[in-house]
Amino acid sequence: MEIASYKMSSVTPLTDLQAAVETDRVRVSIRDLNFYYGDTHALKDINIDYLDRKTTAMIGPSGCGKSTLLRVLNRMYDLYPGQRAEGEVMLGDQNIIAPGVDLNRLRRRIGMVFQKPTPFPKSIYENVVFGVRLHERLSKAELDERVEWALTRAALWGEVKDRLNTSAIGLSGGQQQRLCIARSIAVRPEVLLLDEPTSALDPISTLKIEELIDELKKDFTIIIVTHNMQQAGRCADQVAFFYLGELVEVGSSSQIFTAPRERRTQEYITGRFG
Amino acid sequence: MGEDTKHIVSSFEFDLRKLRDMIAVMGGLVERSVADATTALMTHDSELAARVVAMDPKIDAEERAVDQFAVKLLALRQPVADDLRQVVAALKVITDLERVGDYASNVAKRSLVLNKVASAYSLSGIGQMAALVQQNLKTVIDAVGEADPQKAISVWRADQMVDDLYNTIFRELITYMMEDARSITACTHLLFIAKNLERIGDHATNIAELTYYAVTGDTLPDFRPKGDQTSAYVHIDPAK
Repeated sequence: MEIASYKMSSVTPLTDLQAAVETDRVRVSIRDLNFYYGDTHALKDINIDYLDRKTTAMIGPSGCGKSTLLRVLNRMYDLYPGQRAEGEVMLGDQNIIAPGVDLNRLRRRIGMVFQKPTPFPKSIYENVVFGVRLHERLSKAELDERVEWALTRAALWGEVKDRLNTSAIGLSGGQQQRLCIARSIAVRPEVLLLDEPTSALDPISTLKIEELIDELKKDFTIIIVTHNMQQAGRCADQVAFFYLGELVEVGSSSQIFTAPRERRTQEYITGRFG
Repeated sequence: MGEDTKHIVSSFEFDLRKLRDMIAVMGGLVERSVADATTALMTHDSELAARVVAMDPKIDAEERAVDQFAVKLLALRQPVADDLRQVVAALKVITDLERVGDYASNVAKRSLVLNKVASAYSLSGIGQMAALVQQNLKTVIDAVGEADPQKAISVWRADQMVDDLYNTIFRELITYMMEDARSITACTHLLFIAKNLERIGDHATNIAELTYYAVTGDTLPDFRPKGDQTSAYVHIDPAK
């Protein structure tokens, strides 16, 4: 009898695993993407899927195209003349790099946090509601609720709840970065882009942001660009290695960091590049 | 793999090289032990056997040194990919080597006993088996040092022959013991010696698998040539 019950329990995780696999849905799908800065071919035939509620880390040496790809994902390149993207970047059933896409709506669906904290010189409260006010008409009570929700999700609520009306500039670097994350998620995006979000932070603030990324992926699809390989290993479910504008290899973080298939990936992550 | 491209941080390169060298040193001691134990057995050299037994603590100390160095590498360098596989494999390889050292020491101890009892049993079969095991051990230690997956595979395949020899010796010894009860003491020791040698072969195979994984990132198939069939003899009943 004991053996039978042991067998029963050993079967359960398998079905869990199966369920997990079945819920792996693609949130953003990139097909044959090419990107040009004028004559410079910066991204070459990129094909990659970003899974729903999973974290994808993009790694590679400077100039490999990973930040360019982030800029494509929320069409920041539109701000500059001479930059163009070709191919498909599907968010749901919409190709977001096609002409005629409403950029304001797109940037509500895909939020972005930058390398250095970029709080507005306003109060903490105003920072969080800034984007919300652009996209939604909410009552004061609803706004208050949204601020508490976003700051709580960004693991900052406890530290700032008594001084929401003081200037955001007075916060520490790590707090400012979490405020920027709160500001990004306050509009309830589907995808959160993080461009080296901890490169300007101390190790403890970095760990807080990493813990936050783990929390946030329950609700959002997260795409993070990082130069810190250990961070990619710690945070990401999926890791993509870029080199000279090409996507060299994409795989689970455990596969990439224990047995990468491509020689270039191995040489980069083990520090033999050059 | 990656051997031709060096790490940007040369001290890391140096540490990984040092780890390999330390295993080579430990492997050398273990090889020496197995060879000396065999010679002691074949030539009835009690003095040499005693030296093998005295060597074991030195092998153990070497294992601890490699272990500490590998753990330090993990903590301070946080290796990934092939570097990580190399360090993790090193930790396991030295455990196998340490066990091989124990078996060699055990062979030496039993040879001391054998020198005191008369035995008509020819040692040529065990000598042949020991030679084969030593060859495999040497090749696999070279495979570790040279990060050579082909050498690792050749050892992995060659273990079958060791097992075949062991089966033959096992049957012979059983026959001897059934014929003449006075031979039981000597034959039992010889049986254990043969078993020890067979186990050394198994550890060499383990090291081959670890090395293959460390170098290529792939695991060898679960099925490996296995030829120890002596467990089928556990029901032999001499009374019948």
